[in-house]
Amino acid sequence: MHDAAQAGPGAGPAFPEIREEVAKLCARYPSAYWQKLDREGRYPSEFVDELTQAGYLAALIPEEYGGAGLPLSGAAAILEEIQRAGCNGAACHAQMYVMGTILRHGSEAQKRQYLPRIASGELRLQAFGVTEPGSGTDTTSLRTEARRSGDRYIVNGQKIWTSRAEHSDLMILLARTTPRAEVKKRTDGLSLFIVDMQAAKNRGLTIRPIRTMMNHSTTEIFFEDMEVPAGNLIGEEGKGFRYVLSGMNAERILIAAECVGDAKWFTERSASYAGEREVFGRPIGQNQGIQFPVARAYADMRAAELMVREAAALYETGADCGAEANMAKLLAADASWAAAEACVQTHGGFAFAEEYDIERKFRETRLYQVAPISTNLILSYIAEHVLGMPRSY
Amino acid sequence: MKVLVPVKRVIDYNVKVRVKADGSGVDLANVKMSMNPFDEIAVEEAIRLKEKGAAEEVVAVSIGVKQAQETLRTALAMGADRAILVVAADDVHQDIEPLAVAKILKAVIDEEQPGLVIAGKQAIDNDMNATGQMLSALLGWSQATFASELDIDGDHAKVTREVDGGLQTIKVKMPCVVTVDLRLNEPRYASLPNIMKAKKKPLDEKTAEDYGVDVSPRLEVVKTAEPAERAAGIKVADVDELIAKLKEAGAI
Ligand SMILES: Cc1cc2nc3c(=O)[nH]c(=O)nc-3n(C[C@H](O)[C@H](O)[C@H](O)COP(=O)(O)OP(=O)(O)OC[C@H]3O[C@@H](n4cnc5c(N)ncnc54)[C@H](O)[C@@H]3O)c2cc1C
Ligand SMILES: Cc1cc2nc3c(=O)[nH]c(=O)nc-3n(C[C@H](O)[C@H](O)[C@H](O)COP(=O)(O)OP(=O)(O)OC[C@H]3O[C@@H](n4cnc5c(N)ncnc54)[C@H](O)[C@@H]3O)c2cc1C
Repeated sequence: MHDAAQAGPGAGPAFPEIREEVAKLCARYPSAYWQKLDREGRYPSEFVDELTQAGYLAALIPEEYGGAGLPLSGAAAILEEIQRAGCNGAACHAQMYVMGTILRHGSEAQKRQYLPRIASGELRLQAFGVTEPGSGTDTTSLRTEARRSGDRYIVNGQKIWTSRAEHSDLMILLARTTPRAEVKKRTDGLSLFIVDMQAAKNRGLTIRPIRTMMNHSTTEIFFEDMEVPAGNLIGEEGKGFRYVLSGMNAERILIAAECVGDAKWFTERSASYAGEREVFGRPIGQNQGIQFPVARAYADMRAAELMVREAAALYETGADCGAEANMAKLLAADASWAAAEACVQTHGGFAFAEEYDIERKFRETRLYQVAPISTNLILSYIAEHVLGMPRSY
Repeated sequence: MKVLVPVKRVIDYNVKVRVKADGSGVDLANVKMSMNPFDEIAVEEAIRLKEKGAAEEVVAVSIGVKQAQETLRTALAMGADRAILVVAADDVHQDIEPLAVAKILKAVIDEEQPGLVIAGKQAIDNDMNATGQMLSALLGWSQATFASELDIDGDHAKVTREVDGGLQTIKVKMPCVVTVDLRLNEPRYASLPNIMKAKKKPLDEKTAEDYGVDVSPRLEVVKTAEPAERAAGIKVADVDELIAKLKEAGAI
C-alpha cells in the first residue's frame, strides 16, 4: 500500500513502517554520541555497524543477492529518517548506492562475488574515487591512468575527497585507460575498476585523511604502480564514464532525501524553540521576523520533498529522471540550507553552543551545495538539457 | 506454549496532546499513532520467551479501528508469528473500554488456547490499568501485574512486581495473565528484513460482532481538560544559589 513513491496527492511519506523502525534505531544514538565523535573526528562505527546488522544499508540490493530489494524511494525514506533524527547518514550512505555500479554493469560473476557480502556487511563498498585535484567538476579531464599489462592493470595517479576510504574494503575507481588525445570523445577512454583496498594497502595505495569542517572521514589517495587484476574491470573498457553517469540519478535522489531530512530536523527545532523562548515578555515565535524565515524554509522543504518523490517515482518506472533528480538535489540542498540558516537565527547565541547540535548539522548540511555535484552545475544542466540553452562549459 | 499479546494503537508518546475544542477528548485527527509503549515491552518479552525456547508461537491481537493493522504489523516485524485484528470501531476517537476489550480477548483466547497472556500494564492514552486484571477474572486465570521480571518454570511463573514499597516476587500458576511494567526489558526495533517478512505473515481480520461482544460505551466522559500550565523554571548557577532559592521559597 505504501510501497510506491508515486502515491497520490495528500499521501503521507512512503514507507511509514520503515521510517518508524529507523527512528527507533537512531534514538539509540543521541546528541551526546555525535558531539563526542565530532570533537574527536572519529567515525561512527557503532552506528554504522548497527544499521548494517539491521539490514538497512542493504536496502537496494536485490533479494537474490541477499538484500531487501527495496525500490529507491525505500532507501530515500531510510536516509531521510536518519538525518531527521539528527544522525549523520553521510558516514555510510554510499554503502547503499555505490554497489549499484556492480549491479548494473558488473558481470554475473562479480555480482555473485561481491553483492551478498556487501549485503551482509562483511564487505564495505562505500568509497568512490572520481574527483582529482586537477579535475573537480570537469571529470573527463582526470589524469589517473590504468595501463593494461598482461592479466592486470597498473594504476598511477591521485584522487582527492575520496570519502570513507579508511572505512571501506572496496573502492570503485574511475581511471583513464586510453589517453585523452587518442579518443574521439572526451567521455571515452575512462574505465571503472573494483579495487580491493585491503590487498592494495602498502602495495601502491596510500590513503591520507583530510581534516574538514565537519566529521566526514574524507581522504586523498595516491596510486603508485598499484596492481588491479583485469577481472576487476567493470563492464567494458573505455565505458566507465557512462557507467558513472548512470548511477548519478540514484545518488542525487538519495542525497536530496537526506537534505529533506535535515530540513525537517532544523525546522522542527526552530518551531519548537520559537514557541518556548521568551524575550521581551513573549515567545520569539510571535514575531514575524522569526516566523517568516522558518515558514518559508518549511515551504521550500515541502516543494523539495515532492520533487524527490517525483524523481524517485520516475526512476522506479525506468524513465529518464535526469532533470527531476538534479532539480530534487538542487531544491533539497537549498531547502536544508535555508532551514539551517533560519534555525541558527532563531536560536540566537544558543545556536553556536555544541550541545544544541545546530552548529554541527549546519556544518554538515552545507556540503550538499557543493558535493556530490555543485549547485552551479545543476543550474547549467537545467539550462542546457531542459531549456535548450547553449552549453556554458 | 502459545503466547498471546494484546497491543493497542495509541497516540505517540512524543506527540503534544491537544484537547478537542468540545472537551469530549483528545484530538486524534492527523496525529502520529504508535504501539502503546507498555505493549511493545510485552511483545518483546513474548519474543524473548520464544527465542529462549520457552514458547513456540507469539500471537498479537489488537482491538479497535482498522488502522490498528499498522500496530500489528509492527508487532509482526518485531517477531510475532501472526496477528488478529478485531475491528470494533470506525471512528479513531472511539476508545473501546477495558471491559469490552477483555471480553473480546477472552473470546479470542477461548479459540486460540494460549498458555500465557502478556499485556501492557496500562495504555498511555486512557491510563485505565484494568484490561489485564479484568481478563484474568473473566478467564479464571491467575494474574501477575506490573512485572519487572518474568520466569516461566513448568506449570508456574515467577514474577517480580514493581510495587510502591519496592519489589515483590510472586509465584503464580499457569496459565496466567501477566501485565508488564517499564523496566522489564528494552524493546527491539525491527530490522529491515523482518519488516519485509512481516508483510507476508498472516493477519486475520475479525469484528467485535464475530465474538458477540457489545462494545458500546458504559462510561461517559464528562469533560477533558488540558493540565494546568506549569510556570517556567529558572536556572541556578550553583548549589549556593539553589539553597538560597529553596530557602526563599520556604521549601527548606
Ligand atoms: C566532504 C567532501 C566529500 C566528497 N566526497 C567525494 C567522494 O567520495 N568521491 C569523489 O569522487 N568526490 C568527492 N567529493 C568531491 C566533490 O564531488 C567535488 O568537490 C565537487 O564535484 C566539486 O568539485 P571541486 O571541489 O573540484 O570544485 P571545482 O570543480 O573546482 O568548482 C569550484 C566552484 O566552481 C564552480 N564551477 C565549476 N565549473 C563551473 C561552470 N562551468 N559554471 C559555473 N560554475 C562552475 C563549481 O560549481 C564550484 O562552486 C567530495 C567533496 C567534499 C567536499
Ligand atoms: C560566540 C558568542 C559570543 C558572545 N559574547 C558575548 C559577550 O562577550 N558578552 C555578552 O554580554 N554577550 C555575548 N554574547 C551574547 C549575544 O550578545 C547574544 O547571543 C545576542 O544578544 C542574542 O541574544 P540571545 O542569544 O539570548 O538570543 P535571543 O534574545 O533569545 O533571540 C533569539 C532570536 O530571536 C530574535 N528576536 C528576539 N526578539 C525579537 C523581536 N521582538 N522581533 C524579532 N526578532 C526577535 C533575535 O533576533 C534572535 O534571532 C555572545 C554570543 C555568542 C554566540
